[in-house]
Amino acid sequence: MLYIYIYIYIYNIVRCGGSKVNLRPPIISTDSRFLLCASGDLVKVYSTRTEEWLHSLQGHTNQVTGIALNPANHLQVYSCSVDGTVKLWDFIDGILIKTFIIGYPLFAIYVSEKHEGVLFLHVSMATDSKNECFQLVAVHLPKSAEQEVEAKEMSVVSSHISSNPSCTAFGRGGEYIAFARHLQLNVYFFRKQKTCSFSLKATDKKGAKNAFTCIACHPTDDCIATGHEDGKIRLWRNFIHKKEYTYSTQHWHHNAVNTLCFTPEGTHLLSGGIESVLVQWQYGAGNRKEFLPRLGGSILHISVSSDGQLFCTSHSDNKITVIESSFKVCGVIQGLVKGDGVLTDLMIDPRSKALVLNGKPGHLQFYSLLRDKHLYNLDIVQQEYIYEAGLDQFEVVKAAFDIKGSWLATVEERGQKSSDLEFFLKLWAFDERTQSFVLNTTITAAHTDRIISMCFSSSKETTMLVTIAEDGQFKAWCQGADADTQQDQNFWSCDFVGSYHNLKPTNCSFSADSSLLAVSFQEVITIWSPETWEMLTTLCQPPGVIRDLCFGRLSCSKYLLGTTTRNLLCCWNLLTCALEWSSSVEVSKLQPDPLSENVAAFSYQSKHTDVFVFKPSEPRPLFTNKNVCSEKVHRAVFVPREEPLNNCDESSQWLNRSQLYFLTQNMDLLTFSTATEEDRILSSSKQLVIDDSVAVTPFYLLLGKHGQQQQKLNTQSHPAADKPQQPQGSVTIKELLHTPAHVLPAASVLCSMFVNSLLISNTGVQQDPLREEMDSEKEEEDSEEEMEACDSQQELRVQGSVDEVTLKLSKAQERELKRVRKTDFSWMAGLIDSKP
Amino acid sequence: MGEFKVHRVRFFDYMPSGIRALAFNQDTERMAVARMDGSVEVFHCSDRFFQEKIIPGREQFGIEGLSWVGERLFSAGLNGGITEYDLTNQKVKYTIDAYGGPIWTIAGNQQGTHLAVGCEDGTVKLFEVNEDNIQFERNLDRQKSRIVSLSWHPSGSKIAAGMMDMIQVFNVETGHSMHRMLADRGVGTSRSKECVVWSVVYLSDGTIITGDSVGMVKLWDDQTGTLIKSHNVTKCDVLALSVSQNEDSLVAGTSEGIVVQFQFVSMVLGKDDKEWVRTRTFRNHTHDIRAVAEITTAVVSGGMDAQLVVRPLLDKIEERSAASALRKIHFPHRRLVACARKSGLMLFQYPGHLELWRLGESEGKGIPGSSLFVKRNPEKLLHLKVKGEDHIRCSAVSPCGEWIVYSTASTLRLYRLHCDNNNISITKISKLPKVLSSANQLCFSSDSSHLFSASAQSSVHLVSISQSGCKFVGTLKPKSGSHQAIHLLAASEDGKWVASANSDHEVHIYNLQTRKAHCTVPIYSSAVTAMGIHPATNCLFMMHADQQMFEYSIEQKQYTDWSRTVQRKGLHRLWVERDTPCLNVMFNPQNPSHVILHDMYMLCIIDQSLPLPDDKTQFYNQLTLKSLTEEQRKSHSHAFKVCKTFKDILCVELMPDQSLVVVERPLEDIATQLPAPIKQKKFAT
Repeated sequence: MLYIYIYIYIYNIVRCGGSKVNLRPPIISTDSRFLLCASGDLVKVYSTRTEEWLHSLQGHTNQVTGIALNPANHLQVYSCSVDGTVKLWDFIDGILIKTFIIGYPLFAIYVSEKHEGVLFLHVSMATDSKNECFQLVAVHLPKSAEQEVEAKEMSVVSSHISSNPSCTAFGRGGEYIAFARHLQLNVYFFRKQKTCSFSLKATDKKGAKNAFTCIACHPTDDCIATGHEDGKIRLWRNFIHKKEYTYSTQHWHHNAVNTLCFTPEGTHLLSGGIESVLVQWQYGAGNRKEFLPRLGGSILHISVSSDGQLFCTSHSDNKITVIESSFKVCGVIQGLVKGDGVLTDLMIDPRSKALVLNGKPGHLQFYSLLRDKHLYNLDIVQQEYIYEAGLDQFEVVKAAFDIKGSWLATVEERGQKSSDLEFFLKLWAFDERTQSFVLNTTITAAHTDRIISMCFSSSKETTMLVTIAEDGQFKAWCQGADADTQQDQNFWSCDFVGSYHNLKPTNCSFSADSSLLAVSFQEVITIWSPETWEMLTTLCQPPGVIRDLCFGRLSCSKYLLGTTTRNLLCCWNLLTCALEWSSSVEVSKLQPDPLSENVAAFSYQSKHTDVFVFKPSEPRPLFTNKNVCSEKVHRAVFVPREEPLNNCDESSQWLNRSQLYFLTQNMDLLTFSTATEEDRILSSSKQLVIDDSVAVTPFYLLLGKHGQQQQKLNTQSHPAADKPQQPQGSVTIKELLHTPAHVLPAASVLCSMFVNSLLISNTGVQQDPLREEMDSEKEEEDSEEEMEACDSQQELRVQGSVDEVTLKLSKAQERELKRVRKTDFSWMAGLIDSKP
Repeated sequence: MGEFKVHRVRFFDYMPSGIRALAFNQDTERMAVARMDGSVEVFHCSDRFFQEKIIPGREQFGIEGLSWVGERLFSAGLNGGITEYDLTNQKVKYTIDAYGGPIWTIAGNQQGTHLAVGCEDGTVKLFEVNEDNIQFERNLDRQKSRIVSLSWHPSGSKIAAGMMDMIQVFNVETGHSMHRMLADRGVGTSRSKECVVWSVVYLSDGTIITGDSVGMVKLWDDQTGTLIKSHNVTKCDVLALSVSQNEDSLVAGTSEGIVVQFQFVSMVLGKDDKEWVRTRTFRNHTHDIRAVAEITTAVVSGGMDAQLVVRPLLDKIEERSAASALRKIHFPHRRLVACARKSGLMLFQYPGHLELWRLGESEGKGIPGSSLFVKRNPEKLLHLKVKGEDHIRCSAVSPCGEWIVYSTASTLRLYRLHCDNNNISITKISKLPKVLSSANQLCFSSDSSHLFSASAQSSVHLVSISQSGCKFVGTLKPKSGSHQAIHLLAASEDGKWVASANSDHEVHIYNLQTRKAHCTVPIYSSAVTAMGIHPATNCLFMMHADQQMFEYSIEQKQYTDWSRTVQRKGLHRLWVERDTPCLNVMFNPQNPSHVILHDMYMLCIIDQSLPLPDDKTQFYNQLTLKSLTEEQRKSHSHAFKVCKTFKDILCVELMPDQSLVVVERPLEDIATQLPAPIKQKKFAT
């Protein structure tokens, strides 16, 4: 169950967002304004109202495994991590207050008001990590003013607990703690220092699985609710007695209950499981219950705000849903969906520059890597997905974009396990009006057997799709060739069917200018001319079936690269039709950079993955990185940068034009970053510490918001700035507000001053704030795409860089000027875009 | 173990009658059960729920309520009468009319001074319980609708009565109504149907708990007459409620066949503010549960599906043992089948009639386990209806097949069967001796020349029967002991001895030649469920309800060595943990060391010549033995050889031709003859 991330940090491999937000239950702050969740080695803070990611608490060096509000101060949060530390944060300002070093990997944290200064932690005993020996320990926090304190005072509450952190919960007012493991429920009473344990039979006659899956304790009554493998919920009472304990059973879930949660008043019990239905049971009223169905992936955690007004559920599709207590969904925070596996390649949507891969079942997701935000899902299968284990349902297995991003081809299939395979090839056209992909053609029997691979031709004039399948054929599909359909609508139809000695094709690739198509048939590569469908040549191969194929780009376009199953990387010269060079290396993924000659090869050897970046023209790699990660890499993609870096460093030059992202088998999305980039990320995150401590007053709403926005703009447009610029207009207001009331002049005098302060801006170019506010409002009404364009700092940068890349102004003032201009320009661009 | 030809008899269409009411007596640990056919049974709760007493019912005698007053048992029914039972002689003592129309409920107060009945005409009638009868005292305030349920406050000063749509609380002193509480009707279509308060329980702290036809269990406060809490238990009716002795647990039976337990637990541990919380659910019935009772360590429930279910409450049990297992009682613990061994006739006893069948014949020989070709089908010879309204209490057929006798509560009839070729005729023997007016148990001697009739005061009347007529020979009386009714009789093969067992666990042996009591077997703590006298050794073999077995040598007036060995070594755990009593003891004349026993689930042959198993040996070793060689078998075999081929056995009898008659009544067949249960939606159907 528990995912433990172990990252080996080599100077420039970073995990680039998309980490799980559903690992641990999220927390809603006491005022219900913020939602905190552990995500990778960060704690992310979201707004509950807008679902926007506000900032993150950065400092742990490993997976954050638990967060809990400080019971003594509701503006502080504790977080624990596998790196063995507990950190106390001010989550509104994002300030690290204290670090407690525990020294063991931590897996969950529990706090209670009754036990002040004591944290209860799930600790894995390092000596016994294989046996999953988890202990529940109470750690007394030392009272010291230092930033980093070692917490040594520990006492073990239980030495054998379940690895599932939802199997532990504090009881009424922290009087006792209940924890379950397999078939045993233990209750430890702090006052008596005594553990009562109750066990269930392994299975009863009907074959029910009785193992505990989660626990929740009633806030005011002595009642423990436990969820079980077979979907039952038991309410335990009277558990102070060894014998006279009693429980009642309720059964609605048909599969394991993943999570249980009582509302703060204790009037309701919430439960969730694989059905993705949130069930609200009325406490004490037996079977009365309410349902909130169709929430998405199966529910993993439920948490409730302290006033009981908001619920939030985290789902297996890396999503957090915010739900009002009236059972209405009011917000969704979607992370990068990582299902059981990514079947499609990692792709970049040429239009939105978003990463495209399998999302929730039957969908393709579009994910902005820059903003670490899920953009949208494209429903490919267009069928209701049934959340039940063991059902064979349609999955998107292949997808490909053409070079302009106006066409998308997808393959969905069902019945991989059974013999009766069903699959559809679908072609989607980008609709400018709706700004999304619209289904154009569905081909039901594109091939007689499974489609192995497909690619679009890369020429700008005609679009052609080539599919290869296990039936030994490759087919070329063209648009609108069908004479029967008189209409203007251009459907796709088959243009050419090719095969080679009935061999099974393994891969296909178009050359950069689409003048050549390479299709590999087992050990033979055939080169075709798409113009005439004439086989030009065959390249035969030393032993081994061809696995990957790619053409060189730009100056290396005369080269064709291929990898074989027999650990060979070969490079042919297409002019001479001869093998240029070959090298014996086991390559699991070959990924060419579309913007340069570079090709990245991932090689999996002796339980770790190495990366080589090379140019086909020279067999010496440009860059080598050993031991990138410990898992095999099958998916990788080069993401073009919006703004090329000018790095002179030899080893990182290949990253100048595009960035390499890759997905490990553990579904971690990793990337290489340069040192300068990291600096920038750090500095920008510092700036995001926004002065949010101003009380919410009408003035704040009027000015504070505006100021904040401006501040945001500042930081966005000026990433290297050391300090956030104060909004000019609000200085007077601040002065005004900070002056004691009895020394203030009359209101009529102040009024003009106030209005003036709003109207006049110090710099000539600065727009007056009111209009800006208006603009921003207008913009919010615009389409999503444009909003992204305005919010994203990178977007701004690229637009600014169009005309001023070569500016060599380095002084701070000049840069300021540049920033101001860029800001202006982007606003204008936004407005102009929105006009038509 | 030996080979037997088996007559697998499945034409005995016995239908147990549904359970209508339960009453538990805490002091004597007896559970009284009233069935739909008007019969009342008494089970001994601490003796493995052995059915000690059966009082057969009558036609048109529906019982609606049962109540213990001290050790006296009263019932009331829709015929409008209140009946007291004579438990010693297992018959109705008297019935008096309450003059209030059909009676729906009866309740005695804890002090044992008064009985209250609820009548159709809306009155609650109080009866004073006197030494040997009951006397009408007065009516409480008359209501408009019928009284469906009643419950006394433990102090005896207040009565809560459940009616149509409401609950009334009466002050017993004044007879006036103190509170009137309205029960809500259901919502939707059931709005127009009135809400029947099927059951009411009055607790000592003044809480009144009701179960009604809307499916709610409601808690009321009798001080203010207000609803405290209501639990929705089911969509259909809550038919029965019962509270434990210390009032911390309540069980409710519903018409869906589930029993729901509520417990009075403190919501905050260590504090006294307790609440009634729904806890466990027991699903053991398929049909309506008409009666529940919470006894000290278990929940007993019974209903339309005619089974009595004893569900142990594990939290109340000190240690888990065979006595604390889930128990389902389907069949009576008496023999309903008599067998004329010499002529191959079977007599089946139904409540209202007798059936006589001739066994079929088969041809050829088969391999063990296979079925043989039936040459002649079994044949129903006789269908004998009972005269009068009473149901049959006991019946017997003589070994020669010439005589049939049955007894009801009021009459005993003896018939002679004439059987020439295919013509069957019976003649009733008139002029029976006066002592044969009624019998608790009947038995013929092995040569069919005498009839033993157990009657009042634990005495056995001896009557000689012959073609000329029937002559009273004498009465066998125990020297001392109780006057409880005899429920088992066993005559020896040689006609010398007869043994009787009564419900006080006494076993008396009489010498038939001297017609005097010979001796009394030492009294064991558990009831005798079956006994037989060995034809060769004249040892009395007794099975008890707690599965212990004794062999008593009549001639030597002491337990045999084998019996002492059994007691010393103890029986195997699996044997003791069986939950149905043995109902017959037979002996194989060809192999004198074999004793054949049966209960509802199995047939067992005890080979007294083989060593007894201890707890370490494999008890059910038939399959293991099969795989072993002849040599090894000897070391592995033990005295108990169990055959589980047959299920739901009513009777097993060994015929002289070494064939076994096994009368089965499959429970599935009973289930198909029951009315359809309430339709329930099942998940994934």
